[in-house]
Amino acid sequence: MQQKNIMTGSIHLSRAHKDSVKNTVMVALLVSLICSVLVSTTAVLLKPKHLENQLFYGGHRNILQLIEIIQYDMNVEDVISRMDIKVVDLATGEYEENMDISQYNQREAAKDPVLGIPVPEKLDTANIGRRARYATVYLLKENSYIKYIILPVYGSGMWSTLYGYLALESDGNTVAGLKFHEHGETPGLGGKIDDPSWLNQWRGKNVYDNGVPVIKVARRKAPLGSKHEVDGLSGATLTGQGVTNLLQYWLGEHGFQPYLERFHKSEE
Amino acid sequence: MKNQAKEIFLGPLINNNPVTLQVLGICSALAVTTSLLPALLMCMALTSVATLGNVSVSLIRHHIPSSIRIIIQITIISSLVIIVDQILRAYAYETSKQLSVFVGLIITNCIVLARTEGFAMNNGIGMSFLDGLGHGLGYSLILVIVASTRELLGAGTLMGVSILTLAKDGGWFHPIGLMLMAPSGFFIIGLLIWLIRSWQKPQLEQTVVRTHTLVRSEAS
Repeated sequence: MQQKNIMTGSIHLSRAHKDSVKNTVMVALLVSLICSVLVSTTAVLLKPKHLENQLFYGGHRNILQLIEIIQYDMNVEDVISRMDIKVVDLATGEYEENMDISQYNQREAAKDPVLGIPVPEKLDTANIGRRARYATVYLLKENSYIKYIILPVYGSGMWSTLYGYLALESDGNTVAGLKFHEHGETPGLGGKIDDPSWLNQWRGKNVYDNGVPVIKVARRKAPLGSKHEVDGLSGATLTGQGVTNLLQYWLGEHGFQPYLERFHKSEE
Repeated sequence: MKNQAKEIFLGPLINNNPVTLQVLGICSALAVTTSLLPALLMCMALTSVATLGNVSVSLIRHHIPSSIRIIIQITIISSLVIIVDQILRAYAYETSKQLSVFVGLIITNCIVLARTEGFAMNNGIGMSFLDGLGHGLGYSLILVIVASTRELLGAGTLMGVSILTLAKDGGWFHPIGLMLMAPSGFFIIGLLIWLIRSWQKPQLEQTVVRTHTLVRSEAS
């Protein structure tokens, strides 16, 4: 009988201790601490994998297609580990480091009253009306040197807006590749801008002549050995013109030219 | 002891199934069962959260103050869910996109909290482990049945592999569009409950007290 009392007494004691304010605060603190450590450790450990997924699935698949065209050794994980994504302030050509790259959507930003600006009419050869203040650029490195600069370009074709990426070599002048991943041009006519043999012609062309973007699609056949022109597409004159216009806009003073010049200086 | 463990583990599969008997976790059971692959992933997520949640709560059950016990359990469960979600996003990105918010919503899945509060708070670690695992697998069993039915009848495929050749590909099977919509999930779960209860009579609910006796007692 006595023993039983002691036992119940001790249970009461431990229960009272368990529910004391001190123990409550202690347990709450400890549990939160352990849980937060676990959650943040997982987040940190898995971050590279998440970034890789985002790159691969999150709209950057198009870039991988472009890199395939450059005939770069295509190993997705390898390419991703060597790719740097930056946001560039187009007006100054400087990198904007304080932006969350994964959250930034250049296409949406163009419509935004704060993040987008109207393009002056006489400069707007790409016929886009507005553009974002900031553009995402992709830098592909090799042995810690930048080998390719990949720029998003877009503008009006014949029927639709063409969206693509242009890869330049590290001199900021020589084209490494071009690929449109989204357009609504007529299949078989303007749609021929998807044709690999035509896309291959861009490689090695020069963008600038004395600081002016002169790269273009010729009306018919490009002059032999031309440094700035590629063949026109028969039946797709207007689409070709659209490509010329949008490239000249994006490589011009209102596009990436300030950035490319700054990039060139920093490389020297 | 051994029998008890067996009962704890196997009970939730049929006799005490959390979905068909306790009718818990229905929300996710409807949402992620249009095809088998996301359903399987969801089952793995829920089973691991239920098991680990039970084990962790049971581990510290003697120290949890009763005034904040639910908050402690929710904290543990939500941390586990976040970890599972992160892992899924890292290693099964496309399917985890299909699961969207439903992995995160495991936090509010009644099955998990019901097990930590109702079982792990009062039982040892081993038993709690079996209980969590059993309930997770019980939920999984129903989800797999529902998802297989819906994918097979709704799209003619299982795990994305064509089983019944569709009429548009030259076969005979016309997919049942209803199967891809949420109501069909309800129907199948309802049919399952009917099936199990006509087989397992004790699961039938007690007839509710008739209303006229209530009226009489009020009058008197």
